Amino acid sequence: MSARLHPWPPGPWRILGRGVRRGPAKVLAVASSGGHWVELLRLQRAFEGHDVAYATVSAGCRVDVPTARFHVLPDVTRWEPRAIPGCLRSVVSVLAAERPDVVVSTGALPGLLALTAARALGIRTLWLDSLANAERLSGSGQAARFVADLWLTQWPDLARPSGPQHLGAVL
Amino acid sequence: MIFVTVGTQTPFDRLVQAADAWAHARGRRDVFMQIGAGDCVPRHAAWTRFLEPTEFQEHYRRATLLVAHAGTGSILQALQAGRPLLVLPRRAAFGETRNDHQLATCAKFADRGLAVAWTEQALGPLIDRHLAMRSTRGSASRGPTDLEGWDGTPRLGPDASPELLGAVRRFLAQ
Repeated sequence: MSARLHPWPPGPWRILGRGVRRGPAKVLAVASSGGHWVELLRLQRAFEGHDVAYATVSAGCRVDVPTARFHVLPDVTRWEPRAIPGCLRSVVSVLAAERPDVVVSTGALPGLLALTAARALGIRTLWLDSLANAERLSGSGQAARFVADLWLTQWPDLARPSGPQHLGAVL
Repeated sequence: MIFVTVGTQTPFDRLVQAADAWAHARGRRDVFMQIGAGDCVPRHAAWTRFLEPTEFQEHYRRATLLVAHAGTGSILQALQAGRPLLVLPRRAAFGETRNDHQLATCAKFADRGLAVAWTEQALGPLIDRHLAMRSTRGSASRGPTDLEGWDGTPRLGPDASPELLGAVRRFLAQ
């Protein structure tokens, strides 16, 4: 089991002295709408005691997290690659606004972009692959291996010694 | 009310047509459909293209039967609302998804009691069967489409499994 270390050299924010964290973490939770968002909401109890902000691709999802800070990202899939730079720019501005300690995502591509940018900045990252990927990880889920400190699948038979790990499901 | 939903993503005309045909054949007036951006519009049922999340939840709560695509959002929300659910998986061959992951979802959840119409032809008969079971056994009893949660409970709480919540908590505490 590869306990992933932080990227070296550490990202700029780490160097600029966020240092060792004490107390609650700042968490940015990112998911596309639909199933990804429903799955993310089922992790809310694990966020209790931390300072959580949400980012998704549909403004309508705000009602599900009325008291949290909330950001809307442009939706993007790998089938429309021209939209990726715009989404990445939004992701970076959300990261700059939130300065999270941890980024958590249940997919899909906007979440992967968030983890990628977060990783480059030395922020810790968690990927939980969607329940929808029961036979194989999604494309984003496979790519997440390279940017997730904790890389999880919800299906036991998709877990491998080299990752992803299976540590339960949103059910 | 029977609530038919194609979810928030791409159109799913096969589901809309099959449910509309069933509503027509049975003369039902209590079918409501959320059809997304599809070309095909129901002629025998009330419909809307999109619903806000709060409206979705309201329809999930009020429905006596949910008929949906096999997206995890639809399945989880049906479980959370404790409503019976019948799904028709989207197929890549018909351009309804990019790949056949909904077939895999159905195969996994079918083991857990999810009612699956593997083809659109099977949808109407399965709705009939569900309604017949309900009327003979009473609405309090559990028909063939009553999903069970992971641990055999008829209704899913709002949270992920304790194991997963623990793993996320430990990660955040590091």
